[in-house]
Amino acid sequence: MSARPGTVAHQFDDARQQREAAELGMWTFLLTELMLFGGFFAGYTAYRHAFPEAFIEGSSHLDVFMGGVNTAVLIMSSLTMALAVREAQLGRRKGIIINLILTMIFGGIFLGIKAVEYSHKIHEHLVPGPNFLLDSPISNNVQLFFSFYFAMTGTHAFHMIIGIGLMIWLIFRARSGVFSGEYYAPVEIVGLYWHFVDIVWIFLYPLLYLLGRH
Amino acid sequence: MSENGTHVLPLKIYLLIFAVLLVMTGVTVQVAYLDLGFMNTVAALGIACFKASLVVLYFMHLRYSSSLPKLFWMAGLLWLAILIAFAMSDYLTRQWIEQPQGWAENRTDPRGNVGARHAVPSAPLRSAAQWRASPVRW
Repeated sequence: MSARPGTVAHQFDDARQQREAAELGMWTFLLTELMLFGGFFAGYTAYRHAFPEAFIEGSSHLDVFMGGVNTAVLIMSSLTMALAVREAQLGRRKGIIINLILTMIFGGIFLGIKAVEYSHKIHEHLVPGPNFLLDSPISNNVQLFFSFYFAMTGTHAFHMIIGIGLMIWLIFRARSGVFSGEYYAPVEIVGLYWHFVDIVWIFLYPLLYLLGRH
Repeated sequence: MSENGTHVLPLKIYLLIFAVLLVMTGVTVQVAYLDLGFMNTVAALGIACFKASLVVLYFMHLRYSSSLPKLFWMAGLLWLAILIAFAMSDYLTRQWIEQPQGWAENRTDPRGNVGARHAVPSAPLRSAAQWRASPVRW
């Protein structure tokens, strides 16, 4: 960063242009993220088409309730993140911090539930690899489903951990009072990141948990 | 809109979008328990796209952004469509034409890939029991 927080760097006309440039940078990064997760979804589509029964059988081993609670928790966290940005726009320091802490709590609950799910899968020998054990004629194909499950949810959870780290940084910045209605781009772009991670989960939940439930 | 381009949305909009997202999550679970055949997937993706659009337009403020972020987002969706469409033009069309004689045997797959709709190149893979018997562990 070339300019002190709250000031306009000399290459920009005004604060608005500076903030929009920061936002555009984040959008660009999110598009590369879209390509990263897009690769997962393309692979998922190809193999689900090749082994439909195995994907349904794999999905039946996932907990719809835990996944559903996690979806709701993540939407809650997206709401509080959006409110944190709104508080930042209004220049309310306390509101930013409270909403960021709430967002981190909901993110933490999500990761906690995810950890419980992972530990169940480890105990049930459903982690792909030497210890995968499933009494099914198509167990090798179900293993493929679980490879996608762990790769996609693992990458997603990793993004959330980074997001929570960014929020810790934001809280320290907000405490020192640098954000105002003129300067709040860091809150806004971390918000964009967090909402993107939420969107990925919005697709992961039906595609992994809800196959062949009828 | 203030002079610095900030568009502060009323609290009501955020709460409304939040409520719609929660309701649609419930709907997507309910729909999954109905037997709609192929339409199950279409419904799941349709609802997910609807929810994602709400998040992008309102939580991410794209609706109120200037045109450049909108253009970027459309470009991203276009490239995502190209990624998926070109990959699937291969994988989803492999069984559209009959396999030449002699290919069918290869589908008795040593990995036990029963029901594969397309031939998967395969090397013999050890079974779970063989893995456990193996002295090499990592």
